[in-house]
Amino acid sequence: MTLVLLALILWIAAWWLNVRLANSGLSHTQAVRFGVPLIFGLTILVVWELVVRGLAVPLVILPPPSQIVARIASEVPTLWADFVQTFVKGALSGYVIGCVSAFVVAILADRFDFLRRGLLPVGNFIAALPIIGTAPILVMWFGFDWQSKAAVVVVMVFFPMLVNTVAGLQETTAMQRDLMRTYGASYWASLMKLRLPAAMPFIFNGLKISTTLALIGAIVAEFFGSPIVGMGFRISTSVGQLALDMVWAEIVVAALAGSAFYGVVAAIEKGVTFWHPSQRG
Amino acid sequence: MKSFLPVLTVVAAIFALWYLAVIPMNMHAALTTAERGGAVISPEGAAARRDLSGISLAANNSEHIASTFNQDRPRLPAPHQVARELWDTTVEKKITSKRSLVFHGWITLSATLLGFAIGTGLGIVLAIGIVHNRAMDMSVMPWAIASQTIPILAIAPMIIVVLNSVGVQGLLPKAIISAYLSFFPVVVGMVKGLRSPDHMQLDLLKTYNASNAQGFWKLRLPASMPYLFASLKIGIAASLVGAIVGELPTGAIRGLGARMLTGSYYGQTIQIWSALLAAAIVAAGLVAIVTLIQRVTLRRMGLS
Amino acid sequence: MTSNAVIQAKNLDLTFQTNDGPVHALKDVSLDVEAGDFVSFIGPSGCGKTTFLRCIAGLENATGGTLSVNGMTPDEARRNRAYGYVFQAAGLYPWRTIGGNIRLPLEIMGYAKSDQETRVREVMDLVDLKGFEKKYPWQLSGGMQQRASIARALAFDADILLMDEPFGALDEIVRDHLNEQLLALWARTNKTIGFVTHSIPEAVYLSTKIVVMSPRPGRITDVIDSPLPKERPLDIRDTPEFIEVAHRVRDGLRAGHLDD
Repeated sequence: MTLVLLALILWIAAWWLNVRLANSGLSHTQAVRFGVPLIFGLTILVVWELVVRGLAVPLVILPPPSQIVARIASEVPTLWADFVQTFVKGALSGYVIGCVSAFVVAILADRFDFLRRGLLPVGNFIAALPIIGTAPILVMWFGFDWQSKAAVVVVMVFFPMLVNTVAGLQETTAMQRDLMRTYGASYWASLMKLRLPAAMPFIFNGLKISTTLALIGAIVAEFFGSPIVGMGFRISTSVGQLALDMVWAEIVVAALAGSAFYGVVAAIEKGVTFWHPSQRG
Repeated sequence: MKSFLPVLTVVAAIFALWYLAVIPMNMHAALTTAERGGAVISPEGAAARRDLSGISLAANNSEHIASTFNQDRPRLPAPHQVARELWDTTVEKKITSKRSLVFHGWITLSATLLGFAIGTGLGIVLAIGIVHNRAMDMSVMPWAIASQTIPILAIAPMIIVVLNSVGVQGLLPKAIISAYLSFFPVVVGMVKGLRSPDHMQLDLLKTYNASNAQGFWKLRLPASMPYLFASLKIGIAASLVGAIVGELPTGAIRGLGARMLTGSYYGQTIQIWSALLAAAIVAAGLVAIVTLIQRVTLRRMGLS
Repeated sequence: MTSNAVIQAKNLDLTFQTNDGPVHALKDVSLDVEAGDFVSFIGPSGCGKTTFLRCIAGLENATGGTLSVNGMTPDEARRNRAYGYVFQAAGLYPWRTIGGNIRLPLEIMGYAKSDQETRVREVMDLVDLKGFEKKYPWQLSGGMQQRASIARALAFDADILLMDEPFGALDEIVRDHLNEQLLALWARTNKTIGFVTHSIPEAVYLSTKIVVMSPRPGRITDVIDSPLPKERPLDIRDTPEFIEVAHRVRDGLRAGHLDD
């Protein structure tokens, strides 16, 4: 019980500290901006540890963070193999294929107004559907290995990417288009010089949404069948064996991979669309 | 209405491609069945055909193309087969029957709606807290944003199993996953919305000496509505995905996700496709309802 | 009709079909602009001054009458890059530097790389933007952005410059300064300029020819040839001649309104 009490005290103390920091004159400094969420996150971890130990929560319900860390440390080769199988082979290859093909289709759709007007509502509609449900079908078609996971990812990222790119290519003002006409610019010139650069914020929005979808698709598709390696496979089998520390270890890896993937795309975006008001800060 | 014809064309093209794809996808199986029935196929024997493409087989044995559309367990069922299955399992079956898609659809839908309600409610409450409390804003908001880059869905199986082991079963575990998935989009959208009034509008209220509560009810809340509805549309779709995925890990026997899973175990492709289409219809319906409420609300507020 | 008219409009008509029925944007507009003229189009909103400029640029197509630019149809003239066009807003591409923006038309028109560089440097000098080549548009003031957009229109050295209320969004002080610079630039380059404005002092100060227009239907009510000398310091605006011309413009605008 003392541990739980300790957790409570720690929680109150940390919260008090955060309130003081947030309302102090320093609240706009970089250190405090990073520090406050960091304190909050660390507090949750410590409170979690203390409460689980204090109440003796069984392992099969919630393992303490320390045990999850220990599990990660001892299972690095397995986690790495799962990461390569699911992220590099499944998610990443599907992401590239899906985004590139959606981009090409969007350029085509943009060239022909009829196609654009037809594809945009249909694409928007499909983007809202539970596409993850195609996973069992695609696993049946492409087999248990990473190819079927990549296929699921392709289907999942295709429509959000398509819709965003098409919308972005429409994003020029009448004045900008008139300017191109006064230069007597060809279709390709105005695409390359005006519409594509103007579409970049939208295209990157699609790319960022797709990073998360890609990882979800690759993991969930493994629930429908996989070789004996992969993050989704490990999660579903470890759940079956009630080895929850392993499940949490995979989730930590998935969270890190997801954030890093998103972060890389966001960093590239910052470089490409440095001119956009949202990036100029 | 200007886009009616283009949309119709695109949809028609999708169905045409679907029908076309059925031929090569099912050709091998169709020929094997036909050969067993005594027909002469070139080349002879399933083994000899294994490495040939469906298209070339279709060209050589064009008289068997028709049968690709009526396979029992096709690799790719034709649209009319899926439609017939949908019809059989919705209209023809009693809705209490285990084989009725309406029954399975309702199982999934009820979990979706419950989860969506919980997630949205909590999301709005947290958003209000974040907007009115600096410490909460600085502590929680970065994590709420970061969580959107994480494949949260991966923890679905664990939630189901853990809750199962403490005796919580049925609707609630799935609803929790649904709630979890709709929660973060609502928080992020609602915070954005509550912050959307500009300085001039806020200053105007200051000149009236309005209280914080008045500022919330008269300005921030109405201003947040367009953002809230945009998030709700994302949230409800995510909730449905959560409910479906929540049905996968425990080998559930009820719900649309369970239909997909059993279909994939037993190779019942038509069953998978009809469950998938049913899920699509449910999703479209839910998004349509939210859109409708959005239109009515925003029009009443004079925002659209 | 003199043969050295650069822009020649005869009985030009333009009717837009809208949901509320047809709108007569231009009716029976006839005008000759000679080489080296500085022509201002002035009138209340809806009088068709911008529409007329867009017709000259080939951005709108007249529904009746004839219009020639450099002896060609406006569309041919547009394809031959016969004019530079300056819009109400600078409309610089935020993803390009100032230099990059000015280079844009040169890239599209396929100028050689080395030629691009010299031309960009020249026109940046011309509009007094030396040293800002590497800056991005959002790092510059509104007046500097508009100057950059004028440089962009000058870069490919077309002999006609069409300007649609280029200084409308700027404050009075910046506008005076840019007006002065524009006159100096015109004197140096000898271009033919078509200039849309709704400011009487601006029109009188800049132009050799002031075209007064009036709405419903959009038409020309008066064409005033300015008696002011070509050399015009800012304080010319206090001279009796200037006030006299301004009066005539004001009367023309009022007369157009009395018809309503």
